[in-house]
Amino acid sequence: MKRQIPVVLVGLFGLFMIFQYFVPHESSEWIYEFLLDWTIIIGIFAMALGLWSLYRVSVEKIRTRKPAWGYNYLTLVGLFTMMLFGFTSQNGEAWGWFFPFMVAANLTLVMIIQASVTKGHRGLFLGTAGVCLAVCIVIIIFDDTWGFHFETAEGLQSTMFRAFFDNILIPIFATMFSLLAFFIASAAYRAFRARNVMATLLLLAALIVMLRFNPYFGPLSPYMSKASNWLMNVPNLAAQRAIIIGVGLGIVATALKVILGIERGYMGKG
Amino acid sequence: MKLKLFVVSLVVLLSFSIAFAQEDTLTVPPIPPDSALLPAAVTGLVAKDTDNDHGHAITLKWQPSADDGAGRQSVAMYEVFRWVPDLMTRIPALRDTLEYLKLRTGDGWSPPEPGSRTDSIHNVFASLDDAQLEERKESLEQTISQAIRDLPAAHAAYPEDGDWQQVAVAPAGSATAADVGTKEKDTPDYLPDYSDFYYRVDAVTADPAIRTASEIVGPVQSYGQWFNKGRLAVSVFVLIFGLLTIFFVQHARRGADLYVRPMAGIEAVDDAIGRATEMGRPILYVLGLGTADMIATIASFTILGRVARRVAEYQTKLIVPAYEPVVMAVAQEVVKTAYYDAGRPDDYDEDIVFFVTSLQFAYVAAVNGLMLRELPATNVYMGKFFAESLLLAETGAVAGSIQIAGTDEIAQIPFFIVACDYTLIGEELYAASAYLGREPILLGSLKAQDWAKAGVIALAVAGLALSNLAVAYDWSWASSIVDFFRVVD
Repeated sequence: MKRQIPVVLVGLFGLFMIFQYFVPHESSEWIYEFLLDWTIIIGIFAMALGLWSLYRVSVEKIRTRKPAWGYNYLTLVGLFTMMLFGFTSQNGEAWGWFFPFMVAANLTLVMIIQASVTKGHRGLFLGTAGVCLAVCIVIIIFDDTWGFHFETAEGLQSTMFRAFFDNILIPIFATMFSLLAFFIASAAYRAFRARNVMATLLLLAALIVMLRFNPYFGPLSPYMSKASNWLMNVPNLAAQRAIIIGVGLGIVATALKVILGIERGYMGKG
Repeated sequence: MKLKLFVVSLVVLLSFSIAFAQEDTLTVPPIPPDSALLPAAVTGLVAKDTDNDHGHAITLKWQPSADDGAGRQSVAMYEVFRWVPDLMTRIPALRDTLEYLKLRTGDGWSPPEPGSRTDSIHNVFASLDDAQLEERKESLEQTISQAIRDLPAAHAAYPEDGDWQQVAVAPAGSATAADVGTKEKDTPDYLPDYSDFYYRVDAVTADPAIRTASEIVGPVQSYGQWFNKGRLAVSVFVLIFGLLTIFFVQHARRGADLYVRPMAGIEAVDDAIGRATEMGRPILYVLGLGTADMIATIASFTILGRVARRVAEYQTKLIVPAYEPVVMAVAQEVVKTAYYDAGRPDDYDEDIVFFVTSLQFAYVAAVNGLMLRELPATNVYMGKFFAESLLLAETGAVAGSIQIAGTDEIAQIPFFIVACDYTLIGEELYAASAYLGREPILLGSLKAQDWAKAGVIALAVAGLALSNLAVAYDWSWASSIVDFFRVVD
């Protein structure tokens, strides 16, 4: 029964999704949107599981002193800080005791982690965590320069959340993405070594496509451009379309197998 | 003295005369457009419900004006008008008031800026207390609901209590336009189904005042369809493919020997796990950035199950960092079942599969860090990958791992081919589960795929030939066959 019910549910909803694709009627759309809402709800609940998993794995790494375990403190403090920033915003011009609150809240977290990973001094860490928590509560009660926002998105628009997101996270992402250029260069170097006839053909094709953009080729440029366009629009596109058709059929076949209960790999049964 | 008086009187009189003359010139009524300048009206106007949609839309077709691209060539555009009852135009104002009342009775309300539209509403309700405001809000909500329910009746009252409203514009040369509304009742563009609509199309010249209206058409109603005829070819294909799959699955169940060509990438998985065991290093399995509802991720779960089972048998360490919490939960179940099936439930650790982050490059940083710290013997990338594919695969190559990848993202396949030792290209990712399992029913579906591919190739060749022949010999029947396969969204 534990395996049959999911298979039946997958079959039912899978069939509905096929049906929905061909039925544009409002009622069909309504059910489709209702089901999509459910996937969002499930995703939100799963996020709690994900965060718990991240916490557990990070604490375990700290406990076992895995290589570079110190970064796990940063991970958890960063996660906790951004969550707090996302749920808080200023009420007026000044932040008041907000930053001491943040420090106390993060210290509470660190002390709780320390208490759970160490064998000795557990009482000391828990006691410190308790004091920090008390400080947090006192600040929350008496400082009205900022407040919590659990029902609205004001926290996400608040200065601190946006500042950290725009000035720390986005530059880091841009840095990571820019690494791609160097990785492409190193990958291209490996790929374009003329080891055999096919690799040599690949190298020649790549040279033509790359040189098309070179402004110093003068009289050769129109020919390079034509050759490059032919390479991109004929052999390259033909191969891509072949893969796309294969992928499309593979998707339909796999979806049918899942709906019919033949493919149950997602439940751990291949 | 008399002369002076006479001259002054004359000047004053002249000034008044000039002043009166000026005023008279300013108040000359506008000259009505010369009927000779008016463009010819559009003819043959037809309005009907838009096909293959959820309703709330009307399509209009007409014969262009005789002065559009011909005659005087004076038509600049066409403006489509729908007759809208007064009730419908009142609803947005009621909604604005309701919105104000909601803000006023909610938290964090502050008085509007003086002179704004909200301020004018505020002036009406400024003296009311909270209880009265709540009462007004409820009453207004009921009024709006009732007004929306009354819309079909209000439309049926044409031409009483209503006016023409422009709903679409089409450039000169057009012969069709659509009045597309929304199904959401709380939006200004809401277009009620099963209501009588009346339309007219104006042929407009460069001077918007010079225009000619068409005859009025109506009543016409919008409604949703139960089948999208534009997708008929897809439905036929899905049906045939489904039957083929079922046929080959049954064929395989009866014991037919089905050949599947060797797939180097999948055969290398066992060797790679053996290598990891010998080296005493872990295996890293990356499920990609796909969500659990993507077919590539579902295929990856199946491969993960096989890998996890072999890992459990060899007692090697497996690391599965997840990008998405739902994927993590499913992958945990897959790995757990694999360990149980391998007869090693005690070796299963819930932290084999763990959540990292749902941010693309943060995930890359975490997984790259894992690779460089743990130095896995084998990296397996199966699923949906985007810009991170090369970042991951190149770091894996630097770490000296054997790498096996598979994705259906066309743009990422070259990166994996370059940086990995084995790559499953496109559909091979989906075939991997059947290949690994060697179960007849899974192999049967692969056979159906092969037949469908043969069918697609045959159709592509036939379609190419028919399209050309239809143009060369003016075969309308061939064009209609080609049109059948044209999917309309």
